[in-house]
Amino acid sequence: MEVLGSTLKLSMKVVLIKYNAGNVQSVLYALARLGVEAELTDEIEKIRSADRVIFPGQGEASSAMSYLKERRLDQVIQEIKQPFLGVCLGLQLLCTHSEENDTDCLGIFPIKVKRFIPSAYSQEKVPHVGWNSLENLVKNPLFKDLPESKFMYYVHSYYAELGEHTLATTSYIHDFTALLHRDNYWAIQAHPEKSGALGEKLLENFLAIPSN
Amino acid sequence: MLTKRIIPCLDIKDGRTVKGVNFVELRDAGDPVALAKLYSEQGADELVFLDITATVDKRKTLVDLVTQVAKEVRIPFTVGGGIGSIADVYALLAAGADKISINSAAVARPELVDALAREFGSQCIVVAIDSRQRDRKDWVHTHGGRKVTTLQTNAWAKELADRGAGEILLTSMDHDGTKEGFALDLTAAISSTLPIPVIASGGAGGMLHFKDVFTLGKADAALAASIFHFKEIGILELKMYLEKEGVVVRN
Repeated sequence: MEVLGSTLKLSMKVVLIKYNAGNVQSVLYALARLGVEAELTDEIEKIRSADRVIFPGQGEASSAMSYLKERRLDQVIQEIKQPFLGVCLGLQLLCTHSEENDTDCLGIFPIKVKRFIPSAYSQEKVPHVGWNSLENLVKNPLFKDLPESKFMYYVHSYYAELGEHTLATTSYIHDFTALLHRDNYWAIQAHPEKSGALGEKLLENFLAIPSN
Repeated sequence: MLTKRIIPCLDIKDGRTVKGVNFVELRDAGDPVALAKLYSEQGADELVFLDITATVDKRKTLVDLVTQVAKEVRIPFTVGGGIGSIADVYALLAAGADKISINSAAVARPELVDALAREFGSQCIVVAIDSRQRDRKDWVHTHGGRKVTTLQTNAWAKELADRGAGEILLTSMDHDGTKEGFALDLTAAISSTLPIPVIASGGAGGMLHFKDVFTLGKADAALAASIFHFKEIGILELKMYLEKEGVVVRN
């Protein structure tokens, strides 16, 4: 698939931060479909010198934070200047605090992460698993030329509250933050690597965001 | 709003789809990757690959297949069949599967469900239940339905959720292959009492059956094989129909 200009593809260095969180292989494959061979690494210098940094993840917040701190990756993430994308647990770890094992997180976004609690009268199940729609999209380079269908694939039990940096919402039990943006940091709760054409376009748009 | 999911199931033997697939669009209807891509493009929400390969030494073929699917397909997929250990699951997830499904091994060793959920997270552990009615009670069967157990389906489903299963794939053997509709009462009974999603399977013969299993059966997802493989129902038209009938689906 010819998506990005070939020069851009060849010259762009994309890294995925390696830590103790699962299934990054799918993210690597999704990037490969866009013509980008990303590298999975926890080497600080490689992360600092990359053109784009992706922080994926599926796992548990407190053990992920301990892992990052042991390797000083928490500081690296907080100081990073290039376009940075957190995905799923990666979004939650960029917030200030998660209810998952009462964990202090990286604090890039001044909002909290809470556990879904089904309402007494409804039959919503936790985790929130499946396809759900993006709503209330705020104009942003990430949303350039999106397909009409706005469904993304979600798998999560915790969600980020709404805040000033919320770029889009999704509704399950109540509205929660689907995407975030502040300075060079973007974050997405759903799994773009598994969300069909929409997910692919979001990844492509992220790669196309100019570095400063 | 969270949508109801439509899940085509592909039976795999020695890395090829079996049980008859009839697609003129495909040069090779036995190629699971091509079929998976086609279903994904038609709007399938997820896929299930069920490996019915008899021999253990052919398992490597399955891992290779999972790698190919993960590389080329942009929607989540589950792999099941013959999985009995943490090592089996690790290999399939590392190759790019999103979820795995276990069945007989969970009945033989229920603690395996706890171990898998702890190791990999509940979100990727689907437990399949094959259920058949006898004396007005629903009984769990294993080994492709050949062996009856002493477990009752509703109690077993609840135990699986307590042990950390992330989803239940519930097949009614009484309905499977009949094309007369899903097991609505059984599915509703399980789904409305469990805190985790239930995928209904067995009996799909027409579009109405899907509407029924989502509304009356309270299923979170519905799985079918032959009606999709033989193009008796197109996924796109099924979704248009469901949307018209007020069922929330991904369009």
